[in-house]
Amino acid sequence: MALKTSAGFLRLKHLKQVVRLLSAHTRPETVINGGKPAEFPGAKAPYVTQMKFLNETSYDPIPIYRVMENNGEIIDSREEPNIENETLINMYNTMVQLNNMDKILYESQRQGRISFYMTNYCEEGIHVGSAAALSPRDLVFAQYREVGVFLYRGVTVTELVNQCYGNHEDPGKGRQMPVHYGSKQFNLVTISSPLATQMPQAVGAAYAFKRVPNNDRCVICFFGEGAASEGDAHAAFNFAATLDCPVIMFCRNNGYAISTPAIEQYRGDGIAARGPSLGIQTVRVDGTDLLAVYNAVSRAREYAVTNNKPVLIEAMSYRVGHHSTSDDSSAYRSLEEIKKWNTDESPVQKFKLYLEHKGLWDVESDKTWNKEARNIVIKTMQEAEKKKLPNWKEMLEDVYYDMPPRIQKQMQQMEEHLKKYPEHYPLDQYQSD
Amino acid sequence: MALKSSPVLFGWLTRLSRRNFSTSKALAAKPVAVRDALNQAIDEEMEKDEKVFIMGEEVALYDGAYKVTRGLWKKYGDKRVIDTPITEAGFAGIAVGAAFAGLKPICEFMTFNFSMQAIDHVINSAAKTFYMSAGKVPVPVVFRGPNGAAAGVAAQHSQCFAAWYSHCPGLKVLMPYSSEDAKGLMKAAIRDPDPVVVLENEMLYGVPFPMSDEALSPDFVLPIGKAKIERPGDHITVVCAGKAIDTALEAATTLAGNHGIECEIINLRSIRPLDFQAIARSISKTHHLITVEQGWPQSGIGAEICARVMESSAFFELDAPAWRVTGADVPMPYATTLEAHALPRAQDVVAAATAVLGNKISAASSQ
Repeated sequence: MALKTSAGFLRLKHLKQVVRLLSAHTRPETVINGGKPAEFPGAKAPYVTQMKFLNETSYDPIPIYRVMENNGEIIDSREEPNIENETLINMYNTMVQLNNMDKILYESQRQGRISFYMTNYCEEGIHVGSAAALSPRDLVFAQYREVGVFLYRGVTVTELVNQCYGNHEDPGKGRQMPVHYGSKQFNLVTISSPLATQMPQAVGAAYAFKRVPNNDRCVICFFGEGAASEGDAHAAFNFAATLDCPVIMFCRNNGYAISTPAIEQYRGDGIAARGPSLGIQTVRVDGTDLLAVYNAVSRAREYAVTNNKPVLIEAMSYRVGHHSTSDDSSAYRSLEEIKKWNTDESPVQKFKLYLEHKGLWDVESDKTWNKEARNIVIKTMQEAEKKKLPNWKEMLEDVYYDMPPRIQKQMQQMEEHLKKYPEHYPLDQYQSD
Repeated sequence: MALKSSPVLFGWLTRLSRRNFSTSKALAAKPVAVRDALNQAIDEEMEKDEKVFIMGEEVALYDGAYKVTRGLWKKYGDKRVIDTPITEAGFAGIAVGAAFAGLKPICEFMTFNFSMQAIDHVINSAAKTFYMSAGKVPVPVVFRGPNGAAAGVAAQHSQCFAAWYSHCPGLKVLMPYSSEDAKGLMKAAIRDPDPVVVLENEMLYGVPFPMSDEALSPDFVLPIGKAKIERPGDHITVVCAGKAIDTALEAATTLAGNHGIECEIINLRSIRPLDFQAIARSISKTHHLITVEQGWPQSGIGAEICARVMESSAFFELDAPAWRVTGADVPMPYATTLEAHALPRAQDVVAAATAVLGNKISAASSQ
């Protein structure tokens, strides 16, 4: 069989075929070992007499699945997902809301109102497409650039802004840097700063789900192509495969890990190429095509839950914004490079055109919603700034499940102290009991 | 050593069944090896709570590298006794994630030396998530395995991690010595809603300790954060944990016989939370303090105890400066003779105790 093949586009139900197409062994002309494959514990493969090194050019690149053209037209009508109109509009509205939140919170960091922020430009389709394809009961382990998933799940702009401001209504009690959101109610695991720790943890959570009889939940774990270089990533892939866990490992390959471009991050055919080599069902999609992401995640979910097995999705996209407010990407890339991802390849733009083709959206409704979405954020931000800071007692809570006696004593002493000398403390700025 | 010990269990089981017919008081103290006490604790908790499971390298089919999980795989199967690929960062992360999702994982490190591969999960995720989730996500995970020096395994496999892990708020750190400690503390660790690090010792696994009927019962559990007076005495307080207690007890026998000095040996059992009250109480009786540990001196457990004494009224009870007996401040040498000198020996404890008490004698004689 020829090593070079022209594989068609990749669909999950065609994975078997694709794996066969990608197969790299050559049929030997001479019969070795009576024609039987080798029976090493580590490999059941045929013997050959011709030695050949394999490299990234031995295989065709893994193709990128698309549903829409850039102008919002469906390429193959059989691939158009059947989503209710109301849901489609909600999906679009979430992306616009996210854009507006990013713009305003980014600016508010620049004005010194919050300490840190990370934008999500050009990855909105990944967030909303994947969130819409999941069940709300599926557990999400996000990295830090997936706030669209939070919005789509039902976390409000108010809760997110309160987290960034660390006021007393921050569900996280003001304990973390901005963008480290979490919500137990919506099955969203609190964001963890160290890169890639969420990956083996997601597999562990999926293992816990799998143990439940008739399990109907899966875990989705988001990570960047940079995080995939961490040792944890390999550990997570290998454990997901060997423990047969219902987890969707979702790579957002946005081309940059802070300043490191993908070309310096890895050799070979991206993150997707690692999936089949570890025995994981894998698909690569266009992350700027919301419908492609939706299809990939909904089929991955069905496969993972039905078979209790992992799926790897690599969604190709581009990080339009800076890595975070601590980064200035103009130092390592040109504005020219960014331009097309803001226009032709923008996931928001493509999805808007799709909705317009369907007659669900027009210029006027876009203007109205953009304005409203912006106002929601501005109003929320103004309110968040006025809210009190968390109750001082919360600073002593939650290190241990039961508060250690030593800390209880300190809290009591502090209480007595504050009663005695209230004039020396700005107690009116803090929430009281 | 580990491989040969299965007859111990059989012997013990035979003795147990034989003794069932007896009503003599001998029942009150059965010798049980530490390994078997740990096994009993894990087995009982797995039986009691379906959410408890154990994972690690070779814990299932092979019964554990040190046979602590012997028989558990046969009893509970693949679902709850899981052999993993060799990736500490992987299975420690899996354990933490499973705890997030409501299970109670026991994560075995074949030795704690390998836990360095996974320390990010222990410190940054297990210890901090309850706090960082604003009290919404508890992490009831147990990290366990042999800790400290074994024999002849040199620099990278002979270190004590008590100081490392006890440095971190959010973690609880336990260090059992006897079989009773091992069983009671392991059960407490598994039941605890916080992440707990249980530092066992390879050299103690095969050592039989008498266990009372009470300790053998499935209801037996020890409180976390309470020390035990391993040997009462009036002249000097010796604070130690785990294997160092062996050294201290041996020294105490010598000191009592040759010098008429009675040591009060405090078995910490729990490094974090630290039972400082027990230490202070003992100091107010003996007015002298030494600490014994296998770890390095700088920023060690002894250093912490001395600092707490300095910061409390216990300081005024001391008649002489406190001394630390610790492992030597070097990577563990491979040579047997050097290895023996790099760890606290009974004679080092004797020397420290007599030196500390000597201060008092010289002060008294100069008056």
